[in-house]
Amino acid sequence: MAKTHVITEVNGEEAEFLCEPGQTLLETLRDELNLTGTKEGCGTGDCGACSVMLDGRLVCSCLVLSPEVDGRKLETIEGVADGEKLHPIQQKFLEHAALQCGVCTPGFVVATKALLEKNPDPTEEETRYWLAGNLCRCTGYDKIIRAVLDAAAELRGEA
Amino acid sequence: MSEKKLKYVGTRPIRHDGVDKVLGKANFGADLNLPGMLHGKILRSPHAHAKIISINTAKAEALDGVLAVITGDDFPPPPSGKGSVEGPQDFGDMARNVMAREKALYTGHAIAAVAATTTRIAEIALKAIEVEYEVLEPVMTLERALAPDAPILHEEMRAKGEEPLPEGPTNVATRTVMGFGDVDEGFSSADVVVEREFTTETVHQGYIEPHAVVARSISDGRAEVYCCTQGQFMVRKYCSKVLDMDPTQIKVTASEIGGGFGGKTVVYAEPVSIVLARKSGRPVKIVMSREEVFIATGPTSGSHIRVKIGVKNDGTITAADATLNYEAGAFKGSPVMAGMMTIFSPYRMDHVRIEGFDVVVNKPKVAAYRAPGAPMAAFATEGVMDELASQLGMDPVDLRLVNAVKEGDTAAYGPKFKVHGFIDTLQAVKNHPHYKAPLGPNQGRGIACGFWFNAGMQSSANVILNEDGNATVVTGNPDIGGSRTSMALMAAEELGIPVDKIRPVVADTESVGYSDLTGGSRVTFATGMAVVEAAKDVVRQLRERAAQTWDVSVDDVEWRDGHAVAMNGHADDHEPLSVAALAGSAAKTGGPISGRASLNARGPGPGFATHICDVEVDKETGRVSVLRYTAVQDVGRAIHPSYVEGQMQGGAVQGIGWALNEAYMYDEKGKLQNPSFLDYRMPVASDMPMIDTVIVEVPNPTHPYGVRGVGETPIVPPLPAVAHAVNQATGVRFRSLPISPPRVLAALDD
Ligand code: FES
Ligand code: FES
Repeated sequence: MAKTHVITEVNGEEAEFLCEPGQTLLETLRDELNLTGTKEGCGTGDCGACSVMLDGRLVCSCLVLSPEVDGRKLETIEGVADGEKLHPIQQKFLEHAALQCGVCTPGFVVATKALLEKNPDPTEEETRYWLAGNLCRCTGYDKIIRAVLDAAAELRGEA
Repeated sequence: MSEKKLKYVGTRPIRHDGVDKVLGKANFGADLNLPGMLHGKILRSPHAHAKIISINTAKAEALDGVLAVITGDDFPPPPSGKGSVEGPQDFGDMARNVMAREKALYTGHAIAAVAATTTRIAEIALKAIEVEYEVLEPVMTLERALAPDAPILHEEMRAKGEEPLPEGPTNVATRTVMGFGDVDEGFSSADVVVEREFTTETVHQGYIEPHAVVARSISDGRAEVYCCTQGQFMVRKYCSKVLDMDPTQIKVTASEIGGGFGGKTVVYAEPVSIVLARKSGRPVKIVMSREEVFIATGPTSGSHIRVKIGVKNDGTITAADATLNYEAGAFKGSPVMAGMMTIFSPYRMDHVRIEGFDVVVNKPKVAAYRAPGAPMAAFATEGVMDELASQLGMDPVDLRLVNAVKEGDTAAYGPKFKVHGFIDTLQAVKNHPHYKAPLGPNQGRGIACGFWFNAGMQSSANVILNEDGNATVVTGNPDIGGSRTSMALMAAEELGIPVDKIRPVVADTESVGYSDLTGGSRVTFATGMAVVEAAKDVVRQLRERAAQTWDVSVDDVEWRDGHAVAMNGHADDHEPLSVAALAGSAAKTGGPISGRASLNARGPGPGFATHICDVEVDKETGRVSVLRYTAVQDVGRAIHPSYVEGQMQGGAVQGIGWALNEAYMYDEKGKLQNPSFLDYRMPVASDMPMIDTVIVEVPNPTHPYGVRGVGETPIVPPLPAVAHAVNQATGVRFRSLPISPPRVLAALDD
């Protein structure tokens, strides 16, 4: 099968790969680019574990075809921290014990970052609806929501 | 138990594996790739019940890029006879579940498997495998399974425990009866008797990480397996049974695990990947799709339960009687026994009879799910208790207080209870502001109680003191929700060194002593006990080294706050020696210092919880919204309170999902209609309120820090608590789960 040549930007660096037309962005990230921080929970757009930013928009990478990202900008969980320094969202997830198994965490962190970039001061309800596309089976969401609201406060300079 | 003030236990440090997990650096099951690795895929039965007449793999094998195709014939014969059954596990059944032999017993049953250079080629190869089936009528309900003319799943099945034993085969694997006293006499002295029937549907554990494994075969017949599992030693043992290998020929490394809730306590793709790796000579990776997870792993039993309870006018229970029917799925082994043992255990009673049936149906073989068997049982008993309370005009908490088991009371399943905090949870509920808060229109409040045994079992731990005075704590239990840090906290307390100076490690099967799997709420209790003993072993050695250094008797050295301190008149002669100093000079005092412990922990201590749930029912749509929720539980001692709260919150929300929306839906042919997260509706963030927690601490005397298991009990009360709240909001008693919008609308229309 003829492969498509794709050049894209991932976490600020140029990335180049060959892919099959039906190959999802999630497969490319994990299997071609070795960025396994993005997780697969369903492959059908229902769990949010594969959340990434595509040109500043939150998407499920399992629903994006790899050729679509040609010439565009991607940000994955691997690009959220500043080198060794955790992003405040990551720090708050740790402080609030907002992860148990942690497999949903990369998706939640990316989705939270997208939320707070759009809405730096979300209500609890807005936060719950924004994150409704991210499944967590372990925590019951309580500590995740607290971590997000606390991270928002910190990013606003209030904490 | 020492009354000394604890410095580390009970604090809330950031978990040791946390940074990797928020960065996306932690390696889960699907994250490992090996050089030369192939991708495995499993062909699954499209029929719920069928004889396998023939399988032709020739076309698949001929495809470019396909390196191995296997069927049941590539496995050794399923184990039978001596050694083939161990506790609840029948390895013959397990082998047939891993790869079907004579019959396909559920839609999704593994029929064959391929390994190919890419997943796409593997998928094409699956389609090229030709299977001839003789399709049989599927058995999809308890009612059908028990009917006299029901199709039979297993010709050799004979209803063990049925009197008289039926002559022909049945779909009942086992009938069990337990109890004491004389229930007829008990009911005749009752003022009020309520008898009701309850049903629950098949539900899945719903962990977000699908099963994933990479296996490679090594030239001398050994195999190495990397997978997400609740127990690396379990995988080793089960693979050895299914593949007729010595356990030590298999090395298993547990990846980080993305949830399990009991669903990762058995093997599915692990033995398949070993056989594919052996046949192809290359490493083979199998990652299940979400659909495969739904159709071929988990779930837990659908159930039908009848409960009858009699009480005096003052609320005292005079007798209780129950019949439980649990679906086992395609092979025997539902958690009906645990359902029977928990169903009346929160309450004192002199006359009790409990009967249970383990019934096979054409659904996936059930796997453990968080307090297996107990939530459905509690749904039934608590439902009857709630109705009794309203008939008696009693507060539902008061009715429980009248009957709650205390230390020394005999549980309905036999043993006597040791000290526990059940009554404390009831009192805490009564005193909680939530219990008295006003409710609005269409709102209701329910309470319910739950009991779970908790497990002990075998664990091993090594505590290694490093030359800088830091310590490594090595155990054999996958960390599914922060247990590494609980291990580190207990070690820190014993050694007297800060918790961040301790590195907790989950080791592979060749690097630590045998440990039973992570499950049964046992890790912080049992593995924690092993860690404490291993740390005490280190402390003993440190005192010896100090004694040697000072030339005093070891009895003259005490361990205090991370230092050896000279005692008994020697104090003035010697400055205390720190862990770091003793570790640094270890070469001169006898060599490296490490401690170890292996044990079979007894006395896990029962877990009791009482939950309060408020709901609002939308009478237009039938939607039930949970407005407020409070979970109260006796945890013995919270080692890391945040992760204890997390277990209580997560368990409550899983239970709420079970109560309100989750259910397997099959068509008449036995095909699952909702094998996706879109259609199998688990709770999302916008469905839930905050989940308040009240931690009650009645220490468990058998654990050095008073721990009792925590993780499972919280899923027991929510099913009834939600139903009772809906009852108060609508006046309708829901005795079938889920209480989904169509059912609510239908009930309100009546
Ligand atoms: S894996 Fe993409 S949404 Fe679940
Ligand atoms: S922490 Fe396990 S799924 Fe969210």
